Amino acid sequence: MLKLEKLTKVYKTGDKALSDVDLEVPKGQVIALIGPSGAGKSTLIRCINRLVDPSSGRAILDGVDITSLSARGLRRARRRMGMIFQEYALVERLSVMENVLSGRLGYVGFWRSFFRKFPQSDIDEAFRLLDRVGLLHMADKRADELSGGQRQRVGIARALIQDPALLLVDEPTASLDPKTSREIMRLIVEMCRERELAAIINIHDVSLAKMFVQRVVGLESGRIIFDGKPEELTPDVLTQIYGEEDWEATIEVVEDEDEEDEEAGGA
Amino acid sequence: MPTRTTSTGVKVWQLRDRNGQLIRWALWMATAIIFYVSWMKISDQTTWFFVYDAPRVAADIGGRAWPPRWEYITQLGRPIWDTLNIATLGTIFALIMAVPIAFLAARNTSPTFPLPRFVTRILKAMTGRTMTSYNVIRPFALLIIVSSRSINSLIWALLLVSIVGPGVFAGLIAISIRSIGFCAKLLYEAIEEIDENQVEAISATGASGWQVMVYGIVPQILAAFAGIAVFRWDINIRESTVLGLVGAGGIGLQLQSSLNTLAWPQVSLILFVILIAVIIGEWVSAKVRAAII
Repeated sequence: MLKLEKLTKVYKTGDKALSDVDLEVPKGQVIALIGPSGAGKSTLIRCINRLVDPSSGRAILDGVDITSLSARGLRRARRRMGMIFQEYALVERLSVMENVLSGRLGYVGFWRSFFRKFPQSDIDEAFRLLDRVGLLHMADKRADELSGGQRQRVGIARALIQDPALLLVDEPTASLDPKTSREIMRLIVEMCRERELAAIINIHDVSLAKMFVQRVVGLESGRIIFDGKPEELTPDVLTQIYGEEDWEATIEVVEDEDEEDEEAGGA
Repeated sequence: MPTRTTSTGVKVWQLRDRNGQLIRWALWMATAIIFYVSWMKISDQTTWFFVYDAPRVAADIGGRAWPPRWEYITQLGRPIWDTLNIATLGTIFALIMAVPIAFLAARNTSPTFPLPRFVTRILKAMTGRTMTSYNVIRPFALLIIVSSRSINSLIWALLLVSIVGPGVFAGLIAISIRSIGFCAKLLYEAIEEIDENQVEAISATGASGWQVMVYGIVPQILAAFAGIAVFRWDINIRESTVLGLVGAGGIGLQLQSSLNTLAWPQVSLILFVILIAVIIGEWVSAKVRAAII
């Protein structure tokens, strides 16, 4: 469904953020992209929806080569890719409802969006999504009145109302507390399962990633150096990705928490 | 270096090293000397007799100006109304023109154009920097802002009275021209300070350029815009009261003729009316600013 072929990004400063990244994500698969700060995780997902233009290589979504699209074609392709941001990136001075509906901008003409005259079907869907993420009562609140976790839920609703095939998720939990982080991760993964969405989730927190995904990709200095199941993340692999450190604790803690989580889920 | 090690091996930290300290003392010394020399120069060129006499003259004029000639107020209604209109309409016209100029002047919204490849190559050879696009419009927008700001509205009014003739219209244009630069400068600074993440998020939904503008940028600068508008309106009320002095309409016209005929009771009344108008303007803008923050 999504296929990256030799995707490379060299910034103007000469920094090579990505070199020859090959990656294939089938429909409905959620992958976690891990790696140290500066490894190129953000650049990678931004090259897919071309918030950053890749220097060479191709990104193909459902047979369409995104890297060669014109401005108009790119806008069309972006509708199929929902993005969720680290600092939520909601428009702070607009209401929750306007923020959710802004996910439909690619489908609505300029004047309709200017006067906020969205089609009733969009509004119905917005209410449904707000209900699903548990913020129905907040629809008329201004985004800057919400807490971090609530804002990220609005961010998720905004991405999903686009009716995407793919979610690009950039450090969704980096500014959240541990409990909210898990709730947000769980919500994203559940939504992907319900709607058969593929997702690439950039994430710092290895144990959190292992808890929720079936496939982990490790990036280091712009190269993929690991691609496999969470169980295959041995201390050796983590050392390769992040550098020398005692990784036993990270891995053990995860297994404990994982069990706990399942028990809680079963109870 | 602020941190150094003494011969006994102790690490010492000071805010500045010895040379830095000496330079600062020298600069303070130079400031004091310049102040003293300037003071002497001003003192030499002042006719001190007039200064010593000033309190007596002021008291004399004050005595003549009191009480204000209250019945003159009937002739001031129209001029003060003109003054307020010059300020208000002038501000509105200025804002209409300032908005596009601000967007063209802000680094993050001003359109850039790709450079032909040979130009890029020449620039690379000359400066060593790779430039693939250039912002053609921004320097012009900045030029408009600077030229509008560099000339006082009273001088604009002087020019315009000779171009479009005396009256309210000249004052209105003078106020507008002067305000464009002020509003555009503050607004483009507000545009440059927006949170780009929000803009990125809207672009990522597949929104068009104008939709990104309306959803990603405008909400972020709306409060600043309202603040700038009332701030400038507040200033313009004060500026438009003096435009009459050069014949550009408003209450300044009455002020000038009263001053010329030494009609001090009328002058005091006019100053009082101006004070009231300014207080009202101040009050309104304070209310608006409190409402938007």
